[in-house]
Amino acid sequence: IPPEGIHLLQQQHTDIISTVEFNHTGELLATGDKGGRVVIFQREQESKNQPHRRGEYNVYSTFQSHEPEFDYLKSLEIEEKINKIRWLPQQNAAYFLLSTNDKTVKLWKVSERGRRPEGYNLKDDDGRIRDPSTITMLRVPVLQPMDLMVEATPRRVFSNAHTYHINSISVNSDYETYMSADDLRINLWNLEITNRSFNIVDIKPANMEELTEVITAAEFHPNQCNTFVYSSSKGTIRLCDMRAAALCDKHSKFFEEPEDPSNRSFFSEIISSISDVKFSHSGRYMMTRDYLTVKVWDLNMESRPLETYQVHDYLRSKLCSLYENDCIFDKFECVWNGSDSVIMTGSYNNFFRMFDRNTKRDVTLEASRENSKPRAILKPRKVCVGGKRRKDEISVDSLDFSKKILHSAWHPSENIIAVAATNNLYIFQDKVN
Amino acid sequence: MSKMAGADGDDSLYPIAVLIDELRNEDVQLRLNSIKKLSTIALALGVERTRTELLPFLTDTIYDEDEVLLALAEQLGSFTVQCVFFFFVNLEYLDKAVESLRKISHEHSPEDLEAHFEPLVKRLASGDWFTSRTSACGLFSVCYPRVSKSTKSEIRQHFRTLCSDDTPMVRRAAASKLGEFAKVLELEYVKSDLIPLFAALASDEQDSVRLLAVEACVSIAQLLPQEDLEKLVMPTLRQATEDKSWRVRYMVADKFSELQKAVGPEITENDLVPSFQNLLKDCEAEVRAAAANKVKEFCENLPADSRETIIMNSILPCVKELVSDTNQHVKSALASVIMGLSTILGKDNTIEHLLPLFLAQLKDECPEVRLNIISNLDCVNEVIGIRQLSQSLLPAIVELAEDAKWRVRLAIIEYMPLLAGQLGMEFFDEKLNSLCMAWLVDHVYAIREAATCNLMKLVERFGASWAQSTIVPKVLGMASDPNYLHRMTTLFCISALSEACGQEITTKQMLPIVLKMSEDQVANVRFNVAKSLQKIGPVLENSALQAEVRPVLEKLATDQDMDVKYFAQEAMTGMYLF
Repeated sequence: IPPEGIHLLQQQHTDIISTVEFNHTGELLATGDKGGRVVIFQREQESKNQPHRRGEYNVYSTFQSHEPEFDYLKSLEIEEKINKIRWLPQQNAAYFLLSTNDKTVKLWKVSERGRRPEGYNLKDDDGRIRDPSTITMLRVPVLQPMDLMVEATPRRVFSNAHTYHINSISVNSDYETYMSADDLRINLWNLEITNRSFNIVDIKPANMEELTEVITAAEFHPNQCNTFVYSSSKGTIRLCDMRAAALCDKHSKFFEEPEDPSNRSFFSEIISSISDVKFSHSGRYMMTRDYLTVKVWDLNMESRPLETYQVHDYLRSKLCSLYENDCIFDKFECVWNGSDSVIMTGSYNNFFRMFDRNTKRDVTLEASRENSKPRAILKPRKVCVGGKRRKDEISVDSLDFSKKILHSAWHPSENIIAVAATNNLYIFQDKVN
Repeated sequence: MSKMAGADGDDSLYPIAVLIDELRNEDVQLRLNSIKKLSTIALALGVERTRTELLPFLTDTIYDEDEVLLALAEQLGSFTVQCVFFFFVNLEYLDKAVESLRKISHEHSPEDLEAHFEPLVKRLASGDWFTSRTSACGLFSVCYPRVSKSTKSEIRQHFRTLCSDDTPMVRRAAASKLGEFAKVLELEYVKSDLIPLFAALASDEQDSVRLLAVEACVSIAQLLPQEDLEKLVMPTLRQATEDKSWRVRYMVADKFSELQKAVGPEITENDLVPSFQNLLKDCEAEVRAAAANKVKEFCENLPADSRETIIMNSILPCVKELVSDTNQHVKSALASVIMGLSTILGKDNTIEHLLPLFLAQLKDECPEVRLNIISNLDCVNEVIGIRQLSQSLLPAIVELAEDAKWRVRLAIIEYMPLLAGQLGMEFFDEKLNSLCMAWLVDHVYAIREAATCNLMKLVERFGASWAQSTIVPKVLGMASDPNYLHRMTTLFCISALSEACGQEITTKQMLPIVLKMSEDQVANVRFNVAKSLQKIGPVLENSALQAEVRPVLEKLATDQDMDVKYFAQEAMTGMYLF
């Protein structure tokens, strides 16, 4: 059931948010921004004294993940913008995540420190140096509690493996390897080894003039360690089996919806480009996002999607102007809820859409400061396509195309969603019973 | 007056006090230094204080840099087990800590093991974090042998639990330690407890777990008596050779020789030979390459009475196919071992069956394949003599010597002394001499340098008089080359060859040329003259040094160019000619 949110938290970033991701328990929420920074929020533990503050997310750690670089060989700037963050499953008291910009993936360790050592041998408690002859016994420093400090340290840097811009990273269910995908290649890494990676997909043609298709997104299957999918700019998805061959250029399955000839236009190919692909938690389905729709596919059926949902079909007649202002190339992401019954994706004017796969109901909500007070319930929004516009509807021509929701995340088990609207992060939760 | 006890203690306490404080110094190197001297600190504090004060403090060091943590883990070997447990909860370098623990375990008495070590292992095995469970896997085998029967039963139970743990990491750790654990278990328990676990891990859904089970297969097969192998091990092994994942099949290919030795000749003949054939024909090139690498070893270890038949009937046909494999790494792997088959098969079979394969690979389009054949010629030489190959060998060598990639040219130069030795002086002079000279004037400096070194090795092999008649004239002829880089090569050659050529040749033939080049137009040549003179000085007679070398160096010392002056003065100082 789509939540009719209570607005939990609104956090202003200094920069445009470029990725949002919950960890496996939902306790932590990471965001990456255009300035190369990562901000991690932690869910407040429920406490008896303050029951109304149930589950708010507060800033836990902020760190600079990537810095801008310069490629001297090609005379190109390498942006520090964080393209993706993926969490590793928790292995001890510390948290680990992978963050990537266009060229380099980094493994970060986030850990807490609550004590510090006190007591020196060579200095007295005021900090003055002691006379060596007054040292009559050895003193071992004692750990004293201090204010909680959260430190982020880079543990591994995986670089120099991508000629083109990295668009996706995905951790394998074996918890030992992960993949990174750029426009033409996908590489497999071992989390422990930074100086070597294996190329598993290479779609670069021998003659670059023959290039017609690029990789847009890639993901490992949630529990089959040998399976992964990658999507393309031509609206196709390929599923590959790493057991079959070292180089997975030949796909095991090929998913493509046959084109509807009546809808064909100059922009058909552009809007068919898939901007995101996500496996369902069950591993039985996958979801793809192209410019106007979200599609759910059954992995067992390659010929066409199981379900198709219209996100903002009213834009179909506006494609020309959307091409002029480049909006037609916006890359929207899509997410599943924990039980795979609801899917969510963003749109323009800070709208985001949810589709209930079972009831077939859908809702449009808005993430904006004017309309969201803490604990207020979000009102469903509606876009008026033509003719009479009702009072609280908004007409297509009034939509603000600079306000786009490209990135969002859904808590792994609860009805809590995180939505990034340019510089702002919104966290919504369904009404507490 | 006697000093106060405290004041006496100063001298010994002060350095330790410094070490303790530096454990938290901002400078990583100082922290590292203190950590490495941990045993010194512990000794000064005594056992009780170490346990109650130092170790709790050190748990905070877990926030430190990689190198400090590693050093800390290494130091744990000197501490008792109780102390060590502090680190396990948080350390990332558990494998290092486990290594330390394994080392000290045999220093403990069986009672100690029961009282301290085993409970530690138990705690780890049931830890919340999977990292502690993985580390437990590394400790089972070190404490099992010396504990009581009931404790042994507990340990076996823990291992069983970890083999079916939820997380792949723990199952991988269990699979990788399976062989080691099997070695310390009593045979009855290997059969009753371990074999089912082994079979389960070999059918795990995670590829990474299954391929570790293949390694365990070798250890287990080595432990079991021959009659049990067919029933207990072979089904699992057969499954692995046909696994859907090429990585598992690769592992089998990689371990094939060990497997062969472990299962013995009968099973090898009945089972492993067909498996090996399949691996050589595998659809994935990586697997074929791994199997190709093992061809010689596999054949060598076949039972003597059936060896030839098996090779001729089963292995050779597959090998013939591999010679024209589509993948260059497969061919290259084959080329590095195929020559070894000649010693196994003997002269007649080599000439009839292997020689065509060698020749085919000598003409392969991939330089690495050709290089691998050439580098293994000594095997063939023993059996049939290189002359059979020389007709094909020469074009192959020439082509490699002139390859567009300089690294390929470099590789063949490095084989030249070996080839010269095997082919003999006459053949060399006739066919290979011009190649060696051509390399001296290659465009790439690394080649010119290697070529110079090559000449030196050839002179060492063939002797000074050979040098005098064949190469010295050509080298000295380059001294008047219009290209200054070639003139410099002459100087480098002279420096390299003077000792091997001896005093007479150096003085009568080389020295005049060097001295003449002191008037070269290019400063680089002139200062290299000074350097060469310094190098060949020890070979010359003192009279020559004083009469001929010194005046030239003195002149160069007044050269207009600064570098020429510098090296001339260096040379004079170095040769005591001032």
